Amino acid sequence: MIPAPLFSAQNLVKHFRLKGGLLGSSRGVVRAVDNVSFDLAEGETLGIVGESGCGKSTTARLIVDLISPDAGTITLGGKLLGKHISARELRRQIQMVFQDSYASLNPRLTMEDAIAFGPKVNGMSPQQAARLAHELLERVGLEPRRFAGRYPHELSGGQRQRVNIARALAFSPKIVVLDESVSALDKSVEAQVLNLLADLKAELGLTYVFISHDLNVVRHMSDRVMVMYLGQVAEIGTVEAIYSAPAHPYTAALLSAMPSMDPDRRTMEAPLTGDPPNPINPPAGCRFHTRCKHADTICAAVEPGLFGLPGEGHQVACHIHIPGSNHRNRGVEA
Amino acid sequence: MYIAKRLLYTLPVAFGVSVVCFMLVHIAPGDPLTSVLPPDASAQLQAEMRRLYGFDKPLPVQYFIWLAKTVQGDLGVSIATGRPVALELSKALGNTLMLAVLATLIGFLLGGLFGFVAGYFRGGWVDRLASFISIIGVSVPHYWLGMVLVIIFSVQLNWLPATGAGPGGSADWAWNWLHVRHLILPAITMSVIPMGIVARTVRALVADILSQEFIVGQRAKGLLDFGVFRHVVKNAAPTALAVMGLQLGYLLGGSILIETVFSWPGTGFLLGQAIFQRDLPLLQGTILILALFFVALNLIVDVVQTMLDPRVQRT
Amino acid sequence: MSSLSASQNSAPFEVSPGYWSGVIGRLRRDPVAMFALLVILALVLMALFAPYIAPNDPYRGQLLRRLRPIGTAGFPLGTDELGRDMLSRLIYGARLSLLMGVTPVFIAFFFGAFIGITAGFVGGKVNSLLMRTVDVFFAFPSVLLAIALSGALGAGIFNGLLSLSIVFIPPIARIAESVTTGVRKLEYIEAARASGASSMTIVRVHVLGNVLGPIFVYATGLISVSLILASGLSFLGLGVKPPEPEWGLMLNTLRNAIYVQPWVAALPGLMIFCTSISFNLFSDGLRSAMDLKS
Repeated sequence: MIPAPLFSAQNLVKHFRLKGGLLGSSRGVVRAVDNVSFDLAEGETLGIVGESGCGKSTTARLIVDLISPDAGTITLGGKLLGKHISARELRRQIQMVFQDSYASLNPRLTMEDAIAFGPKVNGMSPQQAARLAHELLERVGLEPRRFAGRYPHELSGGQRQRVNIARALAFSPKIVVLDESVSALDKSVEAQVLNLLADLKAELGLTYVFISHDLNVVRHMSDRVMVMYLGQVAEIGTVEAIYSAPAHPYTAALLSAMPSMDPDRRTMEAPLTGDPPNPINPPAGCRFHTRCKHADTICAAVEPGLFGLPGEGHQVACHIHIPGSNHRNRGVEA
Repeated sequence: MYIAKRLLYTLPVAFGVSVVCFMLVHIAPGDPLTSVLPPDASAQLQAEMRRLYGFDKPLPVQYFIWLAKTVQGDLGVSIATGRPVALELSKALGNTLMLAVLATLIGFLLGGLFGFVAGYFRGGWVDRLASFISIIGVSVPHYWLGMVLVIIFSVQLNWLPATGAGPGGSADWAWNWLHVRHLILPAITMSVIPMGIVARTVRALVADILSQEFIVGQRAKGLLDFGVFRHVVKNAAPTALAVMGLQLGYLLGGSILIETVFSWPGTGFLLGQAIFQRDLPLLQGTILILALFFVALNLIVDVVQTMLDPRVQRT
Repeated sequence: MSSLSASQNSAPFEVSPGYWSGVIGRLRRDPVAMFALLVILALVLMALFAPYIAPNDPYRGQLLRRLRPIGTAGFPLGTDELGRDMLSRLIYGARLSLLMGVTPVFIAFFFGAFIGITAGFVGGKVNSLLMRTVDVFFAFPSVLLAIALSGALGAGIFNGLLSLSIVFIPPIARIAESVTTGVRKLEYIEAARASGASSMTIVRVHVLGNVLGPIFVYATGLISVSLILASGLSFLGLGVKPPEPEWGLMLNTLRNAIYVQPWVAALPGLMIFCTSISFNLFSDGLRSAMDLKS
């Protein structure tokens, strides 16, 4: 029997209406997140990958309840959001680190004030919050004596991102969502921050949602990986399953575009061409069929649901793997 | 698409402008009738007049009656002269337009020149001098500048006339030296208002374009300056033209002080008289027309700018 | 001195200079801005201590000594059309001219910032309602709106202040709205929301500190326009009423004197010009001192 997941998202939907038509009418709807479900087990790292515009960041903001879903439910520790647990409580337990280290710090606050802000808002005394801020700075590898009184523009990108991590930790959260948090950093700095994240996870028993477009980094960090395409889950499974036996043609194409040092790993799969279709009017049927070399008539007509594969928790949304889908290549390895 | 949207956006603004103009008469202290009636008018006559002017109806009803008349070109009757406001305005508007267009052209040429030179020799003494002149342009009280020019060129040197639009205070315009010499001082005075702003805009534009990489490369290679010059003009022109269009609008609305100094028989002078004689219908009509002119000019500038450069879409 | 160095030694943390001390430091190295500030301070002191500085009574005139030229014994800047001492009237004039020019910008800063920040932070329908109303007033050229309002309300200091305040609310509200909308989209606002802070707390800690500065700088740039407009209203017979000394009104009453004593008649305008250019230069300096990129 699998224990109940720490966090569960069921059938999340988030559409954005584009304004700006005549008389403020809507010009269309961006289906940023369309029927996305996943679980998080305590202590794991779930990587989320996909091209830009696939709904990664919207998913991240839905997880921390910065935006509320149009439909779907979020459960934390078995408690349903909005019913058994308040948004305020959920936000305290799920924290987020953003991509832009500079934009995510108020330019007028010192590092100490930036970290202490959240705890103070939640009722901690200023002295206690300041002490906590200093402890956290120490913990993320920034000497409090040197850094507590500084302003964001006086720090490097890596140092700022450490402060952002410290700020997220100030709530002793269970889950930390890292939305492209290391993407903007130099490679050497990125490695240091990744090591810090790994240490913190081991020490504090954190659960991570690690969002990135860098497949190498996701592989290094994650236990499981979720591949998203145009607001939907294309494939989800363990890091081994996804990287060594990708079931979805999209996953395979993404991996083949990934630079690898190991010549044996280089696949012969044709890399993706063109940009993903417009999320305002996504293609009917399987959203990937316009770029898929295995596309068949069924793919343009019927939207494939997630289908369980033999591997542990491995699921894929592709007709090739769905029994009775009438795909002519059914059963062929993608 | 953008043009249609811009047109639709203009309608509520024009509506709002008309409401504000309508309310002007009603925020004025006292009964709007007091300026029409003799102070010893009987209560009966007052009630009669109130009904006649429609002041007995609720405000929204009064507004729509007023709007319906205005749309048909009936702006009411001037209390001071007894002539229709529309008639008074039509004469004055031509004079103001002539003055404002000429002033905008002078201001644009001088401002463009100062701005271009300043931006081209950015950081040098030429830049500092041109920037200083443009700061003076935006800081000088133009009505005072008008007085100073009159003191120099009319009172001291006796070269140009100080007031009016023609010999002997004639208000009928003609394109001959006797009339044109009346136009020179007010036009130069007025041109100072857009000059400073045009100069600042052009300076920023030119400096920005010149700092683009390929231009820096061309200049480093010592390539002909004329090509660079052409490129700069081509890229700076749409924004500079837009600024010029907006400035023309400001001048039309803001000419009152200069027209007062030079007794120039335009809308501003009319407005000055309306204020002096508390002629509210004339005040209301003049302001409505000038404001609608400004709204329309804004619209035209936006549309033309979008057609010249589709990347720019002001909202 | 010893106590100061002792406290520095025991200070446990390195404290960076704050944003504002950096701004003041850069401003102090800008000679043009500092000179402009000195002129403004001198004008303010002149207004405050007018009774002690002015050599004569600014209201009492003698028709026998009308329109004396500059350099007349006892009247260094001559006399006006009613024989009043020009120097004293110019000194006293700083009071009403500064009051009428500067106050409306501060009133408009208060209301305009409130409207714009509310519209920018709340967004949606509230934003549309507030900003479309602002657009209507913005559709008038500023001079025209000021003259329309005070023309309808009639002359007087209060009506002048009211009209000018209304004129400057729309531009300030627009800037406030666009700056706030820009800040609202930044991730530190999201981070603050993620920490469970209320909207009021976010506005107080994270929004105001980052938007009031730019809005204030923009508002200081309007003071020079406001000064010219305020004196312009008095010049038209709106705003301040005679016999009060005010530069715009003095310019108006001396208009016919340009044929007799032209340079005396031009003096009040020179005062407006100096004040206005000083505020402009100071505002420019402040703007570049506050620009972190420079």
